[in-house]
Formats: sequence, structure tokens, C-alpha cells
Amino acid sequence: MTRGQRLWLLAVGLAGVAVLLVTAYTGLPDFGAASHPYGDRAVHASLARHTANVISSINFDQRGYDTLGEESILFGAVLGTVVLLRQTRDERQVEPAPALVLPAVRRYALYLLPVTLVVGLYVVAHGQLSPGGGFQGGVVTATALHLLYIAVDYHALERIRPMGLYEIGDAAGEGAYLVLGAAGLLGGTSFLANFLPLGTFNTLSSGGTVPLLNAAIGMEVACAVVVLLARFLDQAVEIEGRGEK
Amino acid sequence: MNDALIVISLLLVAAAATTAVVVRDPARQALVLSLLGLTLAVLFIVLQAPDVALSQLAVGSALTPLLLLLSVRKIRRRPRPPASGRREGE
Repeated sequence: MTRGQRLWLLAVGLAGVAVLLVTAYTGLPDFGAASHPYGDRAVHASLARHTANVISSINFDQRGYDTLGEESILFGAVLGTVVLLRQTRDERQVEPAPALVLPAVRRYALYLLPVTLVVGLYVVAHGQLSPGGGFQGGVVTATALHLLYIAVDYHALERIRPMGLYEIGDAAGEGAYLVLGAAGLLGGTSFLANFLPLGTFNTLSSGGTVPLLNAAIGMEVACAVVVLLARFLDQAVEIEGRGEK
Repeated sequence: MNDALIVISLLLVAAAATTAVVVRDPARQALVLSLLGLTLAVLFIVLQAPDVALSQLAVGSALTPLLLLLSVRKIRRRPRPPASGRREGE
């Protein structure tokens, strides 16, 4: 195929995509308009399943299979990071020297650590009621632990961070989502279908499987982020290659 | 009122994003990226998407800049290759 032919083929392809996009955009509802056909149906479905936070209902009930894919992407990405950033033969581990921490920074970080931890867990637990859920709460919980690195030093962080446990937690969170999905099959419905009693609307125990799936995701994301940051911190603080000082 | 808020937060996002492109030093870029995450979170809240804003706040303004800073630190510790004649990582 000559260069000219390839350019023509590219032009035809781009023109086709452009036509499709323009057609799709003209069919969309106007920005900020009062009518939301998809939104209305999603809200109706989420209220029918006693889930106050519509986004959680969409993520973990109406489109639970979609979220399984997203969770697996994070799991795979962290697995890849662990493999890529492991210590190789020509690298050695050095003891990082404790850094000087300003008293104000230490105070601020130590006060905020428990607050951030509780906020993270709260966001996971209230995923079916208020904005947020497993992913958001998981990231907040994981970053809260790292306030200890800012407030004290690397050793303090390592002490509360037994890597093996977090790696198991990552895998267990991923597995729990699948098991909850498969439990629907045993309960006589389909994979990832909501099969639990729906509970009272707007209470902690509402939404059927939504809070449980939220908890599984929260565990997976929190552990994944801790493992991810640990690998980056190892490389930045501890592991030295040849010729590094 | 709401339209004005949307316009203001869009302008803030545009300003932060432009700064992130203009700043050349990776360490400073990470800080600007964190600011961009914050302005994006404001935009999402104004557009009534608090779930997305929360994700953006956690990932965009805390996690990603931190990973970037750690990577920059790791790369800076490597000695420059001798006799290559080029300067890297200004």
C-alpha cells in the first residue's frame, strides 16, 4: 500500500468517525436542560431498590458488571507495578536516615491522621446513602496512613504497614466482589444481581448487596493504593541502583 | 447565579491546566497538577456531581502528584550519564 493510499484510508476513517460523533452529539439532550431521560430512569430504578445514592446504585447494582471490570483494571495495574518496581539483582536496599520534621507539621499531620481515617471509612460505609463509596473512601483511607510518613518518618509508616497483609487484602477485596456476584447465582438470580433483602430506605442497612459490594471495593482500593505507594516509596527512599548516591 | 459559577470554575480549570503545561519543572508540575485536581473538583461540585468530585479530589490532587513527586525524586538521584553531551531533566 502506498503512502497516498494509506492517507486516503485514514481520511475516510476520520470522516466516518466525525460523522458518527456529530450525529451522536446532535442527538444528546442540551447542557443543563430540564429533561434527563437516562437520569430519570436511573433515579427510579435506584429508589425502587432502596438505594438513596443513585450513583452507588448505578455502579454496584444496575451496572455491577461494569464496576467489576474497573476494579480488575486497578488490580491488574497494581500487580504490574509490583512486578516492574521490584528490587533487581544490581540494586541494594539502604536504610533511609530519619528526616527532620517541623513541630507544626508533625502536630497537624498527627491530628489529621485519625480524622482522615474515620472520614475514609465513613465514606465507604455510607456509599449507599451519600456521595462517595468504596473507591473514594478506599483512596482516602489509604492516603490517611501516609500522613504518618509526613508526621514522623519512613520507619513509623513501615511499622503499621505489613506489606503481606495489604497484598492479601487487595486480592481478598477483588475476590469478595466475585464471590458476592456468584452468590446471586446460588440465590437463584443472575450474576451480580441484587438478591438480598432491600432494607429500609435511607438507613445503613438499605440497598441489598450495594453496601457489601461497596465494602469489598473499599478494601480492594485501600489495600491496592497502599501497595502501589509502598512500591513507589521503596524505589524513591530505600532501593539504590549502581552509581546512585 | 449557577451559570456564573460554572463559568468561573471552568476558567479556573483552564488557568490551572494552562499553567501545568507552561511550567517545565516536573516537581513544580506535580504541585500545579494537584491544584488542577482541586479546581476540577470544584467544577464537578458546581455541576452537581459530588461523587466524581470526591474521586477527583482523592486521586487527582493527592495520589497522582504524590506518585509523580516520588518518581521525580528517584530519577534525580541517578547520576547523569557522562560524555553524552546533553543535559536532561532541567
